[in-house]
Amino acid sequence: MNEIKPGSVLDLRGVVCPNNFVRAKLKLEEMRSGEILEIIIDDGEPIKNVPRSIKEEGHKIIKVEKIDGHFRLLIEKV
Amino acid sequence: MSGYSLSELKSGGLMKQKEKDLFSLRLRIVGGFVDASQLIKLSEIANKYGKGHIHLTTRQGVEIPNINLKDVEKVKKEIGKAGLQMGACGQRVRTVTACQGKECSHGLIDCFLLAKDIDKEYFGIGGHPHKFKIGITGCPNGCIKPQENDLGIMGRLRKKFIKEKCNYCGLCASVCPVNAIKVNKGSNDIVFYEDKCIGCGDCVHSCPTNAWQKRQEGYSIFVGGKMGKFPKLGIKVFDFIETRGKVLDIIKKSLGFYKEFGKIGERFRDTLDRVGIDKYKKAVI
Repeated sequence: MNEIKPGSVLDLRGVVCPNNFVRAKLKLEEMRSGEILEIIIDDGEPIKNVPRSIKEEGHKIIKVEKIDGHFRLLIEKV
Repeated sequence: MSGYSLSELKSGGLMKQKEKDLFSLRLRIVGGFVDASQLIKLSEIANKYGKGHIHLTTRQGVEIPNINLKDVEKVKKEIGKAGLQMGACGQRVRTVTACQGKECSHGLIDCFLLAKDIDKEYFGIGGHPHKFKIGITGCPNGCIKPQENDLGIMGRLRKKFIKEKCNYCGLCASVCPVNAIKVNKGSNDIVFYEDKCIGCGDCVHSCPTNAWQKRQEGYSIFVGGKMGKFPKLGIKVFDFIETRGKVLDIIKKSLGFYKEFGKIGERFRDTLDRVGIDKYKKAVI
């Protein structure tokens, strides 16, 4: 499978809950349906909270990668 | 004292203050849920009959302090008009506490519905050796602290795995608080250690592809928790009770057991320690 190219990238390392989710949500609101947002979030509380909140909003998480204690998520806007 | 006895006053949620003829008036609140319009009415009562403030208790209750004994009947009528009732003190089943349940993104059960059922059936019922407190929390996060109650209830979840939906991203393993899931991305393999799982549902709520799904919701039961001068945490006696009806039946039988075997003035935990938890479990299930 070819690597999917995100339309936007948000580095949310060091951003606490729920600000990380809110920033991702605001970014997604600016985007068009089907576009891909890449976010990078910390392990711990962020990985427990952010993906479920994104899912509750109806967006699709298409890839999850763990890199050096952080997580890279690709999100397809609903 | 206009014909009142202290114990009579206490049964109806009136607590004597240090000041002569002043009482703090406790209300019957279920699961911390109050209509906004009722709060306005309570504010009016506190301004008119009290000293303009309200006390929120540790058990989600509302108390209006500084009510003069001569005004008690009038205040009771006003409270009734607002659709509220007096609370419970003494050796009775107390306010049932509950978290927001399914209104919270972690909640697994409808706590308020269960709290209403329990309140309707058992609130204020006396004749027990001591007070009896019941608390309901929606998930293993335990925000309502079920282990501090004579009987605590905790929402739980059993799940199922739909292999065809899984893309082996590993998110479930990352969010699991007890490492009950191992994901091998290379060989597309998942191992689930059911004995480790605490039923919090974090994997189900996070799974991007809905490969983890809810199979069933249920209830863990804790008994014998208490605070006060000699605090003890409740003991989990039943891991997964499947229906609300069964939970209500356990409460009924627990109160029966406490009435039958408890000594006057003894909290439920002390009865359980003295009589034996195994005997209790056999009596209620």
